[in-house]
This record gives sequence, structure tokens and C-alpha cells, in this order.
Amino acid sequence: MKARVFVTLKPGVLDPQGKAIHHALEGLGFGGITGVRAGKLIELELADGTSEAAIEAMCRKLLANTVIENFRIEQVAD
Amino acid sequence: MNSAVLVFPGSNCDRDLKAAIEVVTGRTPAMVWHRESALPDGIDLIAIPGGFSYGDYLRSGAMAARSPVMRAVTAAAARGVPVLGVCNGFQVLTEAGLLPGALMRNAGLSFVCRPVALDVANSQTLFTQGYRSGERVTIPVAHHDGNFQADDETLDRIEGEGRVAFRYAEECNGSARGIAGIVNDAGNVLGMMPHPERAIEPAHGGTDGRRLFEGLLEAVA
Repeated sequence: MKARVFVTLKPGVLDPQGKAIHHALEGLGFGGITGVRAGKLIELELADGTSEAAIEAMCRKLLANTVIENFRIEQVAD
Repeated sequence: MNSAVLVFPGSNCDRDLKAAIEVVTGRTPAMVWHRESALPDGIDLIAIPGGFSYGDYLRSGAMAARSPVMRAVTAAAARGVPVLGVCNGFQVLTEAGLLPGALMRNAGLSFVCRPVALDVANSQTLFTQGYRSGERVTIPVAHHDGNFQADDETLDRIEGEGRVAFRYAEECNGSARGIAGIVNDAGNVLGMMPHPERAIEPAHGGTDGRRLFEGLLEAVA
């Protein structure tokens, strides 16, 4: 089985990388962008039957820094 | 004073820290590899150096914070052993949960490498007794992820408890409330982005870092 973990900055946490991407997009002439936030996608290949709780523990202990980041787990059918 | 300097793959200030401690204390620190599960007996100081441990993979300090030696550091810190984390060492300490907050990408996105003016916010900590409160000192920084952030409640608490050791006297990296270095609630763990070990000898361009080690030696001995 596979799972995807999306790690994003919590709302309110400044995202200088997102801001730089925003400016670069505008520099390329793209208009109408009101905000950009950058995050991470981590794909896990897991033994069948790995519980959601186990994946959540991985997120809390390592994959996300919950001081500044939120995470969302998406289980993917092979 | 017996000390240990941790070494992770990608540490690059470990020898500078060793040299600084050696010069000030007259004793050579034990260099402890990240895979060790124990620290030498009778340690009076654990120093976590700057660098790019594990290539800053995932987040700066994230991998190092989960390495075997950090379990021993966490246990020693709980017993009251002084722990000094400089630059990447500060990032490791926040990732390990030994200090609050997080160190994010510099607000200006640039790597900042220059001497900066710092104000000593509290000279009563174990690590800052060589300074006077409010004193302005110059110590070099060299980092990409030094932007200290925490929620307002945490910032109010650490300020209220006098746990801010150093503040930037000039804009440096976007850190909340100009925080450059903090101690834990017990006062025996200090994390700071500036590199005191790079300001020891006149040939370094300044000696303001030396008093951190001298003050610590006096406090511990």
C-alpha cells in the first residue's frame, strides 16, 4: 500500500519561499495570484495493513514539525 | 570542565567548537559521533555544533534530533547537564523538543554570513554570566534557517521568564521579536544562531564569543 503525506505550514506562519514563488510568477506575467504557500509531499510505500494511526505517529514524530506545520494523510490504492 | 562535542554527518563547526572549549577550559572535549548511545561519564557540558547535519534533509536539524546520541543528550539535559547548541545545534535542540519554537528559512531567503551586533538580553543565565545585561556584543552568524518563530503565547512566556539570552540589535533573519538565543525553562540548555566559537581570538576579528565560554566555565566549575 501507499500513502501520501502532505506537509503544509500552519496558517499564519510566514512562508518566505511561498512569497518568493509568488513574486516570480508575477515576474513571468501571471496575474490574479492572491497568495502562494509552499509545502511538501512525502510518498510512503508501506506494508499492507499499516494502520492510519501508525502513519499519523510517523508524521508527528518526524515527517512534520507540528510547531509550525500541519499534515494530511491520503491513502492511495496501488 | 569535562565536555563533549557531538559530531553528525554534515557538521562543520565541530572542530571550531572543540578549539574554543579547549582554549578556554584547558581541557580537550570528547568528540562524540551521532551513532553513540551514551556520552562519556562525568560530562559538565554538551556542545552541539553548527553545520548542515544530514544535509538539512527534511528540515534543518530534523534527522540529527532523532539520532541515537540525542536520546543520551535528552536524558543528560533532564539531569541538569548544560547543553549548548550553536546554529545547526540550535535547530537540533528545537527539533528534539529541548527548546521551544522552530527555526525557519531566513525572511530575506538569503544565506546570511557576517558579524552581527547582539544585545545580551539576560546575563543571569548559566551561559551569559560573562556579559552584562543590555551589553552590545558582536558575534558572527552564518545560516540560511535562522528565523526563530513560535506562537505568541510561547514568545510571551519565554520573554516573561527571562529566557531570551540574546537578541539581534539589527535586522538579521526575520526572527520573532529579534530573538537570537534562548534557554529552556530549567536554564541549562541554550540554543543560539550566532557562533561564539568564531569570536575567540583577536585574529578572528573579535573576541566577544570568548566570554560565553569563560562565564560558563566559571558557572560550572
